[in-house]
Amino acid sequence: MGQTVAEKIFASHVVDQPSKEVFVLRLDAVFCHEITTPPAIMDLMARGKDRVFDPSRIKAVIDHVTPAKDSKTATQGKIMRDWAHRHGIGDFFDIGRNGVCHALFPEQGFVRPGYTIIMGDSHTCTHGAFGAFAAGVGTTDLEVGILKGVCAFKKPQTIRIDITGRLPAGVFAKDVILSVIGRIGVNGATDKVIEFGGPVVREMDMEERMTLCNMAVEAGATSGICAPDMTTVKYLWPFVKQEFESPEAALREYLHLAPDPDATYDKVITHDVSGLSPQATYGYKPDQVRPVAELEGTPIDQVYLGSCTNGRLGDLRVAARILAGKRINPKVRMIVSPATPQIFTRALEEGLIETFLKAGACVTNPTCGACLGMSNGVLAEGEVCAATTNRNFNGRMGKGGMIHLVSPATAAASALAGHLANSELYREEK
Amino acid sequence: MKTFSGNILFLDRSDINTDEIIPAKYLTEISRQALKPYLLEDLKLEGFNPATDLAGKQVIVTRANFGCGSSREHAPWALEANGIDLVIASGFARIFRQNMFNCGMLAVELAPEQIEAIFSAFCPGPAQAVADPQTGRLVVSDGEKSLEFSFELGEFERALVQAGGWVEYADKRY
Repeated sequence: MGQTVAEKIFASHVVDQPSKEVFVLRLDAVFCHEITTPPAIMDLMARGKDRVFDPSRIKAVIDHVTPAKDSKTATQGKIMRDWAHRHGIGDFFDIGRNGVCHALFPEQGFVRPGYTIIMGDSHTCTHGAFGAFAAGVGTTDLEVGILKGVCAFKKPQTIRIDITGRLPAGVFAKDVILSVIGRIGVNGATDKVIEFGGPVVREMDMEERMTLCNMAVEAGATSGICAPDMTTVKYLWPFVKQEFESPEAALREYLHLAPDPDATYDKVITHDVSGLSPQATYGYKPDQVRPVAELEGTPIDQVYLGSCTNGRLGDLRVAARILAGKRINPKVRMIVSPATPQIFTRALEEGLIETFLKAGACVTNPTCGACLGMSNGVLAEGEVCAATTNRNFNGRMGKGGMIHLVSPATAAASALAGHLANSELYREEK
Repeated sequence: MKTFSGNILFLDRSDINTDEIIPAKYLTEISRQALKPYLLEDLKLEGFNPATDLAGKQVIVTRANFGCGSSREHAPWALEANGIDLVIASGFARIFRQNMFNCGMLAVELAPEQIEAIFSAFCPGPAQAVADPQTGRLVVSDGEKSLEFSFELGEFERALVQAGGWVEYADKRY
């Protein structure tokens, strides 16, 4: 019987089946950050089991609050740092080398097609963009992953979402995923994997696919997955060229992960984006989505460009294109957080950072920061932010604050307008 | 195997997320007990006041997709720190549900009609619930009337509750 991408990965990683529906998988990588990992480390120490299953398969970063903002966050960083050094975890990204985990780890080549990956972070589903099974887990699952290199999952059913049609100019991957979540709901893919495919996904670069998969969890999905193709291979080539004689050989290998034509899906959804316009959320749930045009004029106090959803180079480029030579509206402030040092460096080289500064934006170091209201741009009670992030939950960016989730283009256009607004990139094509 | 029981806190809303259960600004706490005062601080639910409504409650009854959003295990820890170790809902977000079982807590899933029956018969309380993971029996009562339900628990989930959590289970087995 045909298999989905997730089923193929499960089949090659099962080490135990404690009951009919539960599979314990061998993990290819365990990713760690300083919020959810320290409690796991402390618990392992308390149990007298301060060990790691394989230091080369553990990748760790300080990203949520960095540089530390107070003694408590400094302690979280210190626990991570000491632990990484104690266990010889070579891929530990401390202050100065650190970035938002879901942008940094792919950039370092740590994600490969067919991998199984867990992290104590719900947006771990981002890495499915490479054809991996990557899932967010809690601290206890992370702890067992660190100690034993395994994690238990129910065999997930897969929802296939084919993105069809032609994406209009000025409409981006973020608009696509917001429209998908608006369609299926925040509970629409709970306990399921979403396999994204179709012509629009095939045309997307890896950054765009990461944006797509990043928000799969906002529909409840265990992971978003895009089957690997030549785009995947080209992105990974610097990291895998020792393993294959040519990109074509790598592709041949990775194509084994492609879903079988007779794979069984829980549901198949065709999502035509030909008529899609830029989208924004309006409430406190990520499925409360409307066209920006309907929300045009909604007052905002802050614009935030960054995060694991939209803090990558392509995102900064689009925003800079809109902001070039202009000043943001004096009624609002704008915060730009390039997601990794490499992205920051490239943005500097390309003059994007200068564009942001001249437009009147504040550029911060790479960090998750304001996205979850921990640092670097927390809102005051009653304030509103147009953010390129992934969650608009009540209080997410600061108690009493409200978030409109938007694309980088809409964020930049809104910064200029001083309220929610469509970008000129979209208007030009109208 | 232990039974789970106590006074019910009714949260009549779907999609209650983990940011509402425990806001991210408290994730700098490393001890679980330190989370206790902040449980459900940002819950958007009319009439709910965490300062008065949480006291003496050991069970939550709620609607669909409870615990969606962040993977933070701080959410079940904050419940546990307040003495709540049983949540009855018409559905859970995957990570939250797994976190509960991984901590040896009990997540009971009922059909939406059954949850509705509990709400209409007992909300706002006072009412009590007793759930036995061994038999899969749940009884909700208020001293005058009672409703009985059976709930499904996977073999693996029952084993986790029995072992006291996933670390204990995995440590023996792998």
